[in-house]
Amino acid sequence: MKISRDDVLRVAELAYLDLTEAELQTYRAQIDEILEYIGKLNELDTSKVEPMAQVLATDQHADATLREDLVVPCAVAEDVLHHAPDPEPPYFRVPKVIER
Amino acid sequence: MPATWTIDGLKESLAAKKISARELLADFYKRIEANNPELNAFLALTPERARRQADKIDALIASGSPLPPLAGVPVAIKDVISTRGTKTTCGSKILENYVPPYDATAVERLEAAGAVVLGKTNCDEFAMGSSNENSAYGPVKNPLAPDRVPGGSSGGSAAVVAAGLAVASLGTDTGGSIRQPGSFCGIPAMMGSYGRVSRYGLIAFASSLDRIGPFATKVRDVAAILQTIAGRDPHDSTSTTAAVPDYLAEVAKPLKRPRLGIPKEYFAEGMDAGVRQKIEAGIALFRKLGCELVEIRMPHTDYAIAAYYIIATAEASSNLARYDGVRYGLRVPDDSLLTMYRKTRGAGFGPEVKRRIVLGTYVLSAGYYDAYYLKGQQVRTLIAEDFRDAFTKVDAILTPTSPVPPFKLGERTSDPLQMYLADIYTVTGSLAGVPGISVPCGKIDGKLPVGLQIFGPAFGEARVLQLAHAFEQAGGADV
Repeated sequence: MKISRDDVLRVAELAYLDLTEAELQTYRAQIDEILEYIGKLNELDTSKVEPMAQVLATDQHADATLREDLVVPCAVAEDVLHHAPDPEPPYFRVPKVIER
Repeated sequence: MPATWTIDGLKESLAAKKISARELLADFYKRIEANNPELNAFLALTPERARRQADKIDALIASGSPLPPLAGVPVAIKDVISTRGTKTTCGSKILENYVPPYDATAVERLEAAGAVVLGKTNCDEFAMGSSNENSAYGPVKNPLAPDRVPGGSSGGSAAVVAAGLAVASLGTDTGGSIRQPGSFCGIPAMMGSYGRVSRYGLIAFASSLDRIGPFATKVRDVAAILQTIAGRDPHDSTSTTAAVPDYLAEVAKPLKRPRLGIPKEYFAEGMDAGVRQKIEAGIALFRKLGCELVEIRMPHTDYAIAAYYIIATAEASSNLARYDGVRYGLRVPDDSLLTMYRKTRGAGFGPEVKRRIVLGTYVLSAGYYDAYYLKGQQVRTLIAEDFRDAFTKVDAILTPTSPVPPFKLGERTSDPLQMYLADIYTVTGSLAGVPGISVPCGKIDGKLPVGLQIFGPAFGEARVLQLAHAFEQAGGADV
């Protein structure tokens, strides 16, 4: 077994994700099977291989230049707040975080 | 009125005043009204926006002004791509009421070129899936075989074009999500090189893999759409400044006896016999067209699915952290902030998305990062090197798009790993960042479409399109 019930609980906690008991069991079994399959990567010796986070850095044609950091008008605040679940313009309201 | 319009045919009819953009639009909405309840391919329509744009085109025609390249072309947009003022749900309950305050660059460019946006298309939730059955809004049916899936994740975008409900559409491809539905719905579908098309306004799934690309009924039209959306965008630092060639001019050029690689690893066991027969007939047609066919090796192909599902889920778990019920989308109220997060995400995400968040968080978590995430990135290097080596020997690579023809609705939903394995031929090019197209390559028993995939080197879109066009013109769709 690659992944235990406790592992799934721990990971769901890290991801702030509520799972039902049924989901917990199903995902544990399915992810276990997927990790078992992924284990085939260990057939490859990659000790001297550089990891690739994205393709652009190593591509000669790519020229992912950064634009200048200019202030431009972006009058969407009202629109954004209008569609928020609990707006209190100009803020988003959330449940109390700090205990008195 | 023709059942299927091409961009050229449509432009000619508009310019000759045989039809107005407004009439054309009305006809398309009539087709949608008649067919969409069965197909479930459109999630939302944008009639006001479309009429405003059609009126602009009609005004240009009336005044005798030159028409922009996509004047009056009715297009559909996958629902992971932002449209200002129109709901963009990503096929998810968590964004059921999300209305973006801006347009994606690709959408803006289509409209600037005269295209008319008809509406938003159904897809797997957050583009995670290969059958469109992971949409929170119900599956899409394959217009060529209604008991079968249209492929995924851009199933709606493929289905609307195949059913004649739009002339072209935009999809997104992370591991095959444009090419595979193109194959399943019997139309050409293309993913440009990573960095070719701006992702500004694309709601992220896996940022090092996500790409936007077109569906159309002819390769020429795929080229015309790519032409419009390609090129540097200051809003997306991963869009490159590499010059965009004139794809339409390139497509029409005759082939100069190109060398095409047939990678042995793509023809191993696991391929449906009907698919194999069509792909072999397709390859024979390329030989007839004067291409030189060379057997090549791409030794790390068999490891691509494993590497892909580590990298894609890791990036997804990070990208989807933003759905917390605070700024947009669903909120399940609670007195505690952290419980509000957990409940919102638990209620808002569907099963496949939750599964991938758990897997992605696991492979990134302390103690497992090196064994999984780092290993996946190292194997990604090896797969990219397979492509680099291949392109020192050949001009392009031919493979099947999918090992299987469109499967039946519900047939594969209970086994996620089996569903993942269906992406075997497409994820390689995704990891390597190269361009790829799926072109129709016959139908099994005259019924189930097969797609042939052509990979080119990075920024070799013109070559890929040229080969696909030559194949199509030579009768590739009927091999």
